[in-house]
Amino acid sequence: MSGTSATNTSTHHTSTIGAIGAPSRRNTELALLVFAVLIPVFAYANVGLAINDQVPAGLLSYGLGLGLLAGVAHLVVRKFAPYADPLMLPLATLLNGLGLVAIWRLDQSKLLQSIGQAGGKATNQLIYTAMGIALFAVVLIFLKDHRTLQRYTYISMAGALVLLLLPLVPGLGAELTYGAKIWIQVGSFTIQPGEFAKIVLAVFFAGYLMVKRDALALASRRFMGLYLPRGRDLGPIIVVWMISILILVFETDLGTSLLFFGMFVIMLYVATERTSWIVFGLLMSGAGAVGVASFEPHVQTRVQAWLNPMHEYTLSRTPGATGVHSEQAMQALWAFGSGGTLGTGWGQGHSELIRFAANSDFIFATFGEELGLAGVMAILLIYGLVVERGVRTALAARDPFGKLLAVGLSGAFALQVFVVAGGVMGLIPLTGMTMPFLAYGGSSVIANWALIGILIRISDTARRPAPAPAPSPDAEMTQVVRPS
Amino acid sequence: MNKPLRRIAIFCGLLVLALLIRDNWLQYVKADSLREDPDNRRVLIARYATPRGDIIVDGKSITGHAETTSGDFKFKRTYKDGAMWAPVTGFVSQSYGATQLEAIEDGILTGNDDRLFFRNTLDMLTGKPKEGGNVVTTLNAAAQKAAYDGLKKQGGKGAVAAIEPSTGKILALASYPSYDPSTIAGGSNADAEAWKKIDKKNNPDDPALNRALREVYPPGSTFKVVTAAAALENGLYTDADEKTDSPLPWTMPGTTTQLKNEGNIPCKNATMRVALQYSCNTVFGKIGSQLGNEKMLEEAKKFGFDEQQFVPVRSSASVFSDDMNPSETALSSIGQFNTAATPLQMAMVASAVANNGTLMKPYMVDSLQAPNLDTLEKTEPEKMSEPLSAQNAQILQSMMETVVKDGTGKTAQIDGVTVGGKTGTAQHGENNSKNPYAWFISYAKVGDSAPVAVAVVVQDDNAVRENISGSGLAAPIAKSVMEAVIKSKQ
Repeated sequence: MSGTSATNTSTHHTSTIGAIGAPSRRNTELALLVFAVLIPVFAYANVGLAINDQVPAGLLSYGLGLGLLAGVAHLVVRKFAPYADPLMLPLATLLNGLGLVAIWRLDQSKLLQSIGQAGGKATNQLIYTAMGIALFAVVLIFLKDHRTLQRYTYISMAGALVLLLLPLVPGLGAELTYGAKIWIQVGSFTIQPGEFAKIVLAVFFAGYLMVKRDALALASRRFMGLYLPRGRDLGPIIVVWMISILILVFETDLGTSLLFFGMFVIMLYVATERTSWIVFGLLMSGAGAVGVASFEPHVQTRVQAWLNPMHEYTLSRTPGATGVHSEQAMQALWAFGSGGTLGTGWGQGHSELIRFAANSDFIFATFGEELGLAGVMAILLIYGLVVERGVRTALAARDPFGKLLAVGLSGAFALQVFVVAGGVMGLIPLTGMTMPFLAYGGSSVIANWALIGILIRISDTARRPAPAPAPSPDAEMTQVVRPS
Repeated sequence: MNKPLRRIAIFCGLLVLALLIRDNWLQYVKADSLREDPDNRRVLIARYATPRGDIIVDGKSITGHAETTSGDFKFKRTYKDGAMWAPVTGFVSQSYGATQLEAIEDGILTGNDDRLFFRNTLDMLTGKPKEGGNVVTTLNAAAQKAAYDGLKKQGGKGAVAAIEPSTGKILALASYPSYDPSTIAGGSNADAEAWKKIDKKNNPDDPALNRALREVYPPGSTFKVVTAAAALENGLYTDADEKTDSPLPWTMPGTTTQLKNEGNIPCKNATMRVALQYSCNTVFGKIGSQLGNEKMLEEAKKFGFDEQQFVPVRSSASVFSDDMNPSETALSSIGQFNTAATPLQMAMVASAVANNGTLMKPYMVDSLQAPNLDTLEKTEPEKMSEPLSAQNAQILQSMMETVVKDGTGKTAQIDGVTVGGKTGTAQHGENNSKNPYAWFISYAKVGDSAPVAVAVVVQDDNAVRENISGSGLAAPIAKSVMEAVIKSKQ
């Protein structure tokens, strides 16, 4: 397809969605939303019955709250994005609802209450969810066309850099005993700016690559079957790579670093259609990660905990052991293992043994223990569905900016799920990020609702019936030839 | 741009697939090993999540359970008269694990035993909470109380083991000083303090030691019963009243050392009956060296020496050495030199003699019960060995009865009951500098049957040395244990 114009390309493939005369699917969305609200409500009742032997007193208000939020979101979509993808809102609502249940379940843990990690967190999370849905509504109401964002390409770059660097500002960055320096403290709130930077950065990359993609794609030499970019075209990827490395060194977070660099490589590859960028990206991220891990003690600790979690657990239990050691990695593995195939059932596991961040970074372990292999696979597939609907939106989008933005956001979402779930399950070293929608934390919930909002906006534009050709006085005599 | 987009879609699918595969590995392939990992606290949480089954003595439980308010363990173990029963139960503690009977029968007590699997599955389906089964012991509460109170009144360190000779049932198993396992059963700071107090490092009295099973003492003169059995079994002498060839003084073979008797007692060419009555070192020392190491060892092994006993709690192996010269054999045959025995071992000696030469395998678990009191397993008495023939056993009985009737064991006499016994005062410490151990082993006969054989050892570092004798310190305790058993049988 290289060489054809962008407009040509997009119209060429609208057939995959069937833009003209496509049903809006809003009623499908509503029906799915009913399930997305009912399932968490039943789960909520289940937790109460398992822990206190009674239907929880807050069931009605919880059900109404979640139902109301989902209803508002649905009405906003119906009014402002009528042709949007019908799956995204129900899937996000379901994940958000299940996350609320798990947070409420951990709120009941005396152990977590005693160390200040639980108690009233579910209420907070419901408020964050309301704020997230509000932002979702704002995006859909005021962002009539996602291409508007293209205007803010370079402001986005500046904004993303500021957001990424905020945690390093003295007095603003929150110091946590464990974990990465990816938080800032504002009053009594802690904010994770990286969650927002993810979206802003996607906007910048999409705008930048849309303009530069031809230069990056065409000018190259062929070497061993790969198109090697010219030296000066390597500039942008090297800059992004260096920023990722800086994040890794100063914020000591492998996850955030990997997420941003990965998102850039994905978007670069889509923009240029050059496999060589993937090869370069993998080589650079590999070199960067190994290089930093060789001297950064925090990253080394994480890698050791990944390679030998039991040893790290023992050290954390050994008085006088040098260095900071965390038992969390091993505790998470035990939680998953103890869940087995079907899990213990809501409220009957002991994932609170993870203690610190049990309801945020490690919340996936609670699902692992209480819902078992079956539940975890279902949740992973829900995440997979969200991502695939996002990529499908990119496929359907008619403009390159929309395509790049949709694939960037979906790819970032997929990478985040992989990095967090993989970290908690011991597939890769742990990082300080959170499961989108499931984990406790305002930044994450709000930012991810905004992300879904943007994807829904793009999908609405993509699925909206093409405007009818302008009536022409000689229409009857002239055969209109649409680009195939 | 759509070709790379489709590839990205596949790539994202692969990321999810990698997570799914990893999850299957964790939650299916490795699930059991992670779930049952002893470091996984859930194992302990499950252990304490349901009330533990009880340990039963005479139809009453000597254990219980209490709900704990703090921490993630729901129930903790409690003990009734914990200090008295500690050598029987061992302990189970939220912080310090389980020992002895509590550890060995943990599966039944927690309800996790495979034999309860079907029942547990049914309970799970019908929504009944899981329960633990019970361990019914062979012990006799009255005998145990007599033993423990006797030791406590005496005040020094000591232990008692009592057996029913015809079956091997353990009737009493006491150790003093003791500890109350209730105090360490929980997970609180108070439990940690109590644990520190009974730790051998902080407490030289070592109250946590199960002296009845796990400590070996030189048996002293009580071992002469074994030597006498060896003499009869090997035909060295065939009758209790046959004169022995025993010069006085007697110089041990291969040495210039004379073996001494305690005081001026009629040991020259004394019969075995008289020699046992007065506890002649010269007579039994010479018998031992005459029989030789091999034959003495053979007889000692038949009584259970040199072998750990599992009752089912492990008991230390008592010692009779296998590489001794004649003089060492002579010393060993009067219960000195390397010879060492647990109180259980010496009770087994008395029990085999009382049971007409047949030694029954000692055991303390009578049966295991399911939570609904169905019997899952019943221990049947089992013959362990035959250290001596019935005829020789009766000869030895008459000798031991003489000891109590006319000899060193008069303090163990019980009205209307035939008691056979043997005292012992065992030297120990460098150059025998420490206060000796006072021993008494005995059995009681009511009619034709012997309901109880008992061994008592007392070590009193504070007593005046001259006052220490098996007769004075140990025999009265043995007597009260025997009386308690006889009384409970009536």
